Amino acid sequence: MNTGLLVLAVLVIAIAGFILGRRHSLVTANGDIRNLHSLPGYHGQSVFIFAAAPALLLVCVWLLAQPLVIESRVSSMIEPSDIPSGSTLGLVMADVRRISDGLDVAVAQGALTEAQIDNMRADLTDVRSRLADVGIAVGSNVSQNVFLAAKEFRALNGIGRIAMAIAGLALALAGAAFAYSRITPRYRARNVSEGAIKALMILSSTVAILTTLGIVLSLVFETVHFFRLYPAQNFFFNFTWNPQFRGGSDLGIIPLLWGTLYVSFTALAVAVPIGLLSAIYLAEYASSTVRSVAKPTIELLAGIPTIVYGLFALITVGPMLRDYFAQPLGLGSSSSSVMTAGLVMGIMVIPFISSLSDDVINAVPQAMRDGSLGLGATRSETVKKVILPAALPGIVGAILLAASRAIGETMIVVMGAGAAAKLSVNPFEAMTTITVKIVSQLTGDTEFASPETLVAFALGLSLFVVTLGLNVVALYVVRKYREQYE
Amino acid sequence: MTEISASAPVGTDNDATRPKRRDIGIKRRYAAENRFRALGIGAVSIAVLALVFLLISILSNGLSAFRQTFVAFDVTLDAAVLDKAGNRDPAEMAKVTTIGYGNLLKKALAADLEARGVSTEGISSKEIAGLLSKEAPAQLRNRVLADPGLVGQTISFKTYATGRIDGYYKGRVTMESAALDSNVSPEQLTLADRMRGAGMLTVGFNTGFLFGPDASELRPEAAGLGIAILGSAYMMILVLVMSLPLGIAASIYLEEFAPQNRFTDLIEVNINNLAAVPSIVFGLLGLAIFINFAGLPQSAPVVGALVLTLMTLPTIIIATRAALKAVPPSIREAALGIGASKMQAIFHHVLPLAMPGILTGTIIGLAQALGETAPLLLIGMVAFVRDFPAAPPEGFFDPAAALPVQVYNWTQRADPAFVERASGAIIVLLVFLFLMNLIAIVLRRQFERRW
Repeated sequence: MNTGLLVLAVLVIAIAGFILGRRHSLVTANGDIRNLHSLPGYHGQSVFIFAAAPALLLVCVWLLAQPLVIESRVSSMIEPSDIPSGSTLGLVMADVRRISDGLDVAVAQGALTEAQIDNMRADLTDVRSRLADVGIAVGSNVSQNVFLAAKEFRALNGIGRIAMAIAGLALALAGAAFAYSRITPRYRARNVSEGAIKALMILSSTVAILTTLGIVLSLVFETVHFFRLYPAQNFFFNFTWNPQFRGGSDLGIIPLLWGTLYVSFTALAVAVPIGLLSAIYLAEYASSTVRSVAKPTIELLAGIPTIVYGLFALITVGPMLRDYFAQPLGLGSSSSSVMTAGLVMGIMVIPFISSLSDDVINAVPQAMRDGSLGLGATRSETVKKVILPAALPGIVGAILLAASRAIGETMIVVMGAGAAAKLSVNPFEAMTTITVKIVSQLTGDTEFASPETLVAFALGLSLFVVTLGLNVVALYVVRKYREQYE
Repeated sequence: MTEISASAPVGTDNDATRPKRRDIGIKRRYAAENRFRALGIGAVSIAVLALVFLLISILSNGLSAFRQTFVAFDVTLDAAVLDKAGNRDPAEMAKVTTIGYGNLLKKALAADLEARGVSTEGISSKEIAGLLSKEAPAQLRNRVLADPGLVGQTISFKTYATGRIDGYYKGRVTMESAALDSNVSPEQLTLADRMRGAGMLTVGFNTGFLFGPDASELRPEAAGLGIAILGSAYMMILVLVMSLPLGIAASIYLEEFAPQNRFTDLIEVNINNLAAVPSIVFGLLGLAIFINFAGLPQSAPVVGALVLTLMTLPTIIIATRAALKAVPPSIREAALGIGASKMQAIFHHVLPLAMPGILTGTIIGLAQALGETAPLLLIGMVAFVRDFPAAPPEGFFDPAAALPVQVYNWTQRADPAFVERASGAIIVLLVFLFLMNLIAIVLRRQFERRW
């Protein structure tokens, strides 16, 4: 019985429990709803919850625990002599799983029967070619011990599945019966079902914590794994980035960090003046009609997916910069460059700066403006001498948030900045960033356990720490500022 | 006191020069005022112009992807070639490979050109067949195998012209560039012009681009978005199904029930920080946890949907909380006053009133998820997928592409025809995003209440 069907069966039992419980509550109240503490629907819900929740929880735990238990039992069957030189227990176990899956497929296709599998011996029949017939590829020739382990694995899995189905269904029925038997007119069914719903809501709200935990744990775990294969001081202080897929790579983060900061700085150099000036214009000068058109238009820039900007950089901005600036000035002949990526990313970042600055400028109390204008200052003097100083912390916060956005941006740099890790100051040269290398190290065909692949997680962790730091500082600055005027 | 009395005579001394100096000052200050204002206008116009330029660039590059050059001609399906056994059994006919069909097409095209009186002087028969897409034999083979009764008949067959011929009618390929190109010759282009005159070559709307599967590097003319659109649709369905209940439940708890304590603070800080984590980090999370640890299949919509759900959840929670907050407390108090429990007050009264706001936020979150590329690259959605995923629920686990990833994929290919395809795919993506935002705006206009 597969898991989907089991879950469905549990739900069917729970729904039946709901209907029966609802009816039963009315019966216990002699058909008069006024005798009940809770409405009949709540009695039904309480039965539903007792039937479904424990059973589904059991299935979840079982699904997580079963592979662990079976792996440990089966892997103890494999002798050290069964592991070919250069291979590991993990690879052999992968073969065991694949053979076991292959036998399932063979039975499903009718190529083998259960009795045949029981009698099959790896030293007498060629298991590998028989499995290849049904479309399952096994890495190496199958030894008898491995084949026995695979058969054991398959048998245990079969037993586990059946046991899980029986246990799940029994628990669902028991839960339903228990809740059903508790139904009396005075039973506080509403409190029970509301408690369960509240528990569910608390559980949902912890998803955010779990996600953060998942990110941190997976990044830290793989990074530690990486540092065991590649020394940490080389990663942080090596000035070359040169991955070799045959080993002996140089994986220094410094050129990537330089590229990232250079591109982000270019982006901010474009976005900060434009974003800030347009925020000031829209907040202080523009008529309400201009504002109502221009503000959403600029914010539209934030709603465009970054892949669109990436394509824009690749097919329009890159070639244009190359033909009109880089080549005539003799600065380079590459269409992907720091300038291309920085310019396009700057356009993308404008709305982050302009909307946030707009908010903080509007939050400056009107009295300060009126005071300044009343003393005879012009509008621009008021902006420069009164509003900007008052709004400065918020604007700094906005710039920090934009910087964190620029540093973590991927598609624009993947398509616009290039792939060569270089330490150069020429903005028309192709350089690369942390995010580009995360993508390129993980989309190739490499073994997952090699340092060249795992370095992506170390890069990801560095990225996560930097952006998180920027965000925390930015939020702190913005919050502190808000307190001043509220 | 002394200061004032001391400075007063100085002021009277300069009385004559003062008005003049003030005038200069005001002029200068007004000039500065105007400059500042002009800078502001300039900044706003640069931002708006950048948006317009971006859209024009994408549209001008991509609109041609929706039109395609087709070649139509009569093909006699020779039974002696296609069905040697003569029993019209598809299993046996499948032994004839696309090479066999290719030869058949080559002969049929030459014969049809002659029959229509299109001169083929100076062009080798190989070059004539080179006008047809490499996809054509497979198309004909699939059509014949689907309907073996066609064998022996003469059918009219319409297929793609190659990417270069297509590019010729879209201005990408010229006579000069063809002379330098090993894939196409100027003679082929003049033949194409003659065929167009004879009505064999037509340029029309390309349904294959919207509904067909992707094609390999050598046949850009046959590449379509079908699998990518379907994959994105699967992901959006799953994201909606997972994120809406989770988001609503979490928001109700945080907004209506949560006590002010460290646990709640921790959740809030986490939600705010997750909203700002770079998307690629979510891709790393998906790779490490969903694929390597949980063993879910690569390139599957379900993994993409899980990652995108975690990404959009903060957006949805923030929007939902704002919508719940906007419902005035009097509604809750009235419900509680007539004896509803807190849960009843929220589910029967507050939630329905907040629903339009929640849905608007959810749609905007989904639109964000639809355009997200980077995390999907890491979980293997870049793989070349040629087979349509099955119907749900099995299809959620089949390999599929996604719209934005397909764009990235196409930009990585050498043939310039794929640039046009990528821009066309972007247009499709933007149309979907536009529609989703339109729905959100209409929802907001229609149901928003001000209290």
